[in-house]
Amino acid sequence: MNRSLLLFAVTVALNTAWAADPATGNAEAGRQLWTTEYGVSNEKRSCTACHTADPRHSGKHIKTGKVIKPLSPAVNPGSLTNVKKIEKWFHRNCKWTMGRECSALEKADILAFLKSN
Amino acid sequence: MKTIFFSIAAMSLMGVLLIGAGSALSDYDGRYSYDDDDDDRWEHMMRRSTGVYAKPNPTYAEECGSCHMAYPPGLLPADSWRKIMSGLQDHFGDNAELDPATNQEIMTFLLAHAADTSGYRRSQRMMAAVQGTAAQSPLRITDNPYFRHEHHEVSPRLLKMSDAASMSHCNACHQRAEQGSFSEREIVIKGAGRWDD
Repeated sequence: MNRSLLLFAVTVALNTAWAADPATGNAEAGRQLWTTEYGVSNEKRSCTACHTADPRHSGKHIKTGKVIKPLSPAVNPGSLTNVKKIEKWFHRNCKWTMGRECSALEKADILAFLKSN
Repeated sequence: MKTIFFSIAAMSLMGVLLIGAGSALSDYDGRYSYDDDDDDRWEHMMRRSTGVYAKPNPTYAEECGSCHMAYPPGLLPADSWRKIMSGLQDHFGDNAELDPATNQEIMTFLLAHAADTSGYRRSQRMMAAVQGTAAQSPLRITDNPYFRHEHHEVSPRLLKMSDAASMSHCNACHQRAEQGSFSEREIVIKGAGRWDD
């Protein structure tokens, strides 16, 4: 009984740590979020619309046509290095793409996905 | 010797006046055959007469320029910029929210160089076209009647051929748009080459 309680506590703690620490997100869950099409207003929106499905590729702003540098740190070392910037873009782009803010867990998963590519 | 010096001075002065007059006349029907000479001596004067203010602001370039060309502030009146900067949560369908401090910093820059107080002639033309009309503070540069007049020869087909995603993609054709220069000489349309009419 005590043991299972302890196990439960550890699991909860681990999950909380995951949610708070972007370094420990789940890349596969991130990929799911990345490629899902969200129905906001009349159009379908997704991360891939501007960034492409492969984070190693350059993207293109769907409206303005401006080239977006790859988000994968493997090919673009400057990417994902500034926390303030990361938060700014999550704030803007989650709202546009999903119609709401992303949760801490979702952000961690997306970051893990981008970093694993 | 003195006479020669004076005649040279007089001739150069006449040259300046002629170029100035040519530029003014050509502006009248939307042609800019004499603007923006690359020669350093002319750079400042010509920029003042045919361009818009374009001294870069790093914050503006970073925050706004990451999604689209950082439009020179002299292309819109101050009231337009105020409206745009207070509605960034729905910025032409995109979310472009900024933290209050950054928003304020960019707004200060935009207002300082907006079309209505600009000494640049191209800005004054943009302003003159909307002042006193029902749409004196358009949200889109492309809604300005002067802008439309200047681009009336750009057919949908030509736009499609070019690299421009839309008419708001200035620098797809105006090679030095980000430097505030919209000289006809600098226009290169992908698929159609240099603009020549």
